[in-house]
Amino acid sequence: MKDNYNNRKHVMTTIFIIVGVILALRLFYLQVIDTKYKISAQNNVLRHVTQYPLRGLIYDRNGKLLVYNEASYDLMVVPRQVRELDTLEFCTLLGISEEEFEQKMQRARNFSHFRPSIFERQLSKETYATFQEKLFRFPGFYVQPRTLRKYPNPIAALTLGYIGEVSQSTIDNDPYYRIGDYIGVSGLENTYEKELRGQKGLKIKLVDVHNREQGSYKDGIFDTVPVHGNDLFTTIDMELQAYGELLMSNKKGAIVAIEPSTGEILALVSTPSFDPNILVGSKRSGNFSRLFNDPDKPLFNRALMAQYPPGSAFKMVNALIALNEGVVKPETRIGCARGYHFRGLTVRCHQHPNPTDVVSSIQFSCNAYYCQVFRSILDNNNYKNVEAGFNAWRNYLKSFGLGIRLGTDLPAVGAGNVPTSAYYDKYHGRNRWRSITVISLAIGQGELGITPLQLANMATIIANRGYYYTPHIVKAVGTPDNHNDKFTTKHHTKIDQKHFEPVVEGMFQVMEAGTGRWSRHDSITICGKTGTVQNPHGENHSTFIAFAPKDEPKIAISVFVENSGYGSVWAAPIASLMIEKYLTGKVKRKELEQRMIDGNLMSAQ
Amino acid sequence: MRKTKNIFQHVDKPLVIIYLMLIFIGWISIYAAVYDDAHKNIYDLSQSYGKQLLWIVTGVFLAIIILAIDGKFFTTLAYPLYAISLILLIAVIFLGVEINASKSWFEIGNFRIQPAEFAKFTTALALAKYLSTFNTKLENLKTKVYSSIIILLPVIIIVLQNDTGSALVYFAFIFVLYREGLSGNWLIVGLIMTALFILALIVNEFILMGSLTLLFLILLYYTPKKKKAIIVISSIYIMSMAFVFAVDYTYDNILQRHQKERIDVLLGREVDLRGAGYNLHQSKIAIGSGGIFGKGFLNGTQTKYNFVPEQSTDFIFCTIGEEWGFVGSVFVIFLFILLLVRLVKLAERQRSTFSRVYGYAVASILFFHIFVNIGMTMGLAPVIGIPLPFISYGGSSMWAFTIMLFIFIKLDAYRLQVL
Repeated sequence: MKDNYNNRKHVMTTIFIIVGVILALRLFYLQVIDTKYKISAQNNVLRHVTQYPLRGLIYDRNGKLLVYNEASYDLMVVPRQVRELDTLEFCTLLGISEEEFEQKMQRARNFSHFRPSIFERQLSKETYATFQEKLFRFPGFYVQPRTLRKYPNPIAALTLGYIGEVSQSTIDNDPYYRIGDYIGVSGLENTYEKELRGQKGLKIKLVDVHNREQGSYKDGIFDTVPVHGNDLFTTIDMELQAYGELLMSNKKGAIVAIEPSTGEILALVSTPSFDPNILVGSKRSGNFSRLFNDPDKPLFNRALMAQYPPGSAFKMVNALIALNEGVVKPETRIGCARGYHFRGLTVRCHQHPNPTDVVSSIQFSCNAYYCQVFRSILDNNNYKNVEAGFNAWRNYLKSFGLGIRLGTDLPAVGAGNVPTSAYYDKYHGRNRWRSITVISLAIGQGELGITPLQLANMATIIANRGYYYTPHIVKAVGTPDNHNDKFTTKHHTKIDQKHFEPVVEGMFQVMEAGTGRWSRHDSITICGKTGTVQNPHGENHSTFIAFAPKDEPKIAISVFVENSGYGSVWAAPIASLMIEKYLTGKVKRKELEQRMIDGNLMSAQ
Repeated sequence: MRKTKNIFQHVDKPLVIIYLMLIFIGWISIYAAVYDDAHKNIYDLSQSYGKQLLWIVTGVFLAIIILAIDGKFFTTLAYPLYAISLILLIAVIFLGVEINASKSWFEIGNFRIQPAEFAKFTTALALAKYLSTFNTKLENLKTKVYSSIIILLPVIIIVLQNDTGSALVYFAFIFVLYREGLSGNWLIVGLIMTALFILALIVNEFILMGSLTLLFLILLYYTPKKKKAIIVISSIYIMSMAFVFAVDYTYDNILQRHQKERIDVLLGREVDLRGAGYNLHQSKIAIGSGGIFGKGFLNGTQTKYNFVPEQSTDFIFCTIGEEWGFVGSVFVIFLFILLLVRLVKLAERQRSTFSRVYGYAVASILFFHIFVNIGMTMGLAPVIGIPLPFISYGGSSMWAFTIMLFIFIKLDAYRLQVL
């Protein structure tokens, strides 16, 4: 036997063992030391799918649906999982160009290669149906069901508000939100976001290499179920709201109607209005910028934000303050010489029976009466000077909710403007202004700015003879019985209750035989007051406030119609029709109604 | 001379037990790798695991036949078998079907047979036969040349089939030659060449050549100034330089794109995880995510959801790594090493050179397969599509490895009958 190399078996055995040890060491490194592969494996196979809850529905005060949800589908992409695909077919299915495809892919890649981002939002039902069948051929893409808001009636767009994609700053501040989530941007959707949104759920799914679903991770023990958002039961009367918007067609302005006994807002109209459905879905951004750039500012909620001088509708407030201050008695009569004259200054008035007391001064809207009364309030000897008198007057206004932000449950509520004494000090110099200097405040003109909501609240106060509940728009959250108790505090004005009767009587007479008599109703005892706001930029604005019935009022209302001339011509009939609609359920004065609906004051500019 | 009462009498039990354990592990791993809820039955013949069982059963049947055959048969027929396998290797180039760009499969009905798998043991038989003939000495040039021819003939044909992976396996025979007297320097040369090969690809060629020159000058300075030493060092230097240049040239101008990519991936030069690097990356994820104890049988998400390609064949080790973890994987490696060590031990106790050479050939080929296959799933070896013996799915490899191993077991059992 020629075997001189017997010892080489040890070399061979050693090599085998060494290589075995090398393999084992490598295994040890991969499996025990380096943890990144465990994460990679999870990233491969686990798909965290957010389960979006249904957003709460919104009802009107009678349980009619104002907002509901409709299913929608966002196409999501995880760029790293995207394999070669038939781009042309893909684009044809989606109806996009290949350049758009590249752009969208690039945007997704810029966000993350590993995390899903929205490739195309809100696929139409048809697109979704055809796409769904072919989805398996496009690994890396999947469809995320979402819900869209839908509005059965095209009303109350600004009040309800809209939802939009959450902003980066919100995401940074609130861990609940993820990129691509929707959040209430305006209106009720915004103030009641936390109630409406519900709670997102999470489903962890296993997917295979083709991104096909293979079941749930660990039988779903880590999954959470989405919690349906709470429904909102609002105080809005859908029919009244729709009617108000109808009456205000082709007019700029606002209507606010409140139930005096509760402060519940029955209607909140701001025109020009728009169908809230256009701010939903894929055409949203185009429609939004069109509305945004519209010179008539349909996105501006005039009912809450616009400040108008109230004009003569403000006279009742001065009457009440004067009565409460004792500078005037109900029977105090003041003469009117076609206006108020003082050292060459004239505040003109129109032809009316003369002289007037508190009741008839309201009935005929006498300017002279209120100039006199206003000066008596400010120049009252009980106060050391005009400034003190003015501040006392101003505090009365505050108790009426004027010049302050009413703490309602709607976002973006204006405070209006009641000038301060400091303002006049700055403008005229300290101690350099007198009651006569600010005389325009007597008749609701000048620097005074009051929002339609505040004006309606003022009507509420007179209707209630001295108090109000903060006007609000949500009655109950979750269930109709779960009452919103944020608005149950009675706010009393600084006016004694007894002083209201002559003012109410005056307002009643306005409708019976005064400036509002053309808007009188046969069977409803309406109390109202017209106002005409001088507008240096064009035709005067017309305002009207009212409540009805006179005793135990059910509705208080304010109406502003921009550039429409006298209050008695447009604002008063609209308010009167609204009252009739709300109290009787239907409108008999068809001719008046038609005239109001047809009136086009927008092209007149 | 003693008569055996039955064919199993002198069979080496440890080898057979390891073999049975490995094929069992393979079978359930294939089941786990391609498992889906619709086909839960492990005997389902429409699925890979059902078929694998068929290969196992027929393989065991073949093993029994081999044990029943007279031991002389293999020595006598070594050359004819070798010749037949060469003919089949050539025939497949013309008659075979093309799979994954290489023409190395015969297709008969639903079955495919890869002659290269069978050529491994016929080559082993031929080499054993040649080295056992009188007057062959690996110290002699003639023996070296003849041995090389026996080994390289199938290599050339297999390369022509475009199946480089299978061809590379034949370099494992260098271990056999080493055992039979080839100078250890050849192993060292091989090692240096491998190192230079890798360096040539990772390092800039000019920097590498510069470093080699520097090394050469330093060695020259320190070695005793004897003519012979200077000649040796100089020729090593020149050969190294030539080799580096050749590797670079080959890589740039000769290698095919997929071959380059595999090398790039291995060397970490290419990190396109969706392209050429995808397989290796997913394979590492599968093994790495197994942890110490694994995710449990049928719970491997990487393999179950097809993230790892070729998971029942070349990448079967991923399934083991993922589902049985470090513990299970090391156990499998341990079984393989045990098998190899046992083979060496048995080879050494053979009375005939033929049996010993054949035993070493079996060990060497298995060793190459095991190291490269497991290594490639972990990024230690290039991805060259060769199966893991006894474990990977496939009839050809199952049969070929079974036959190869059992011929040796037969030879070992038969050793007492050899004079």
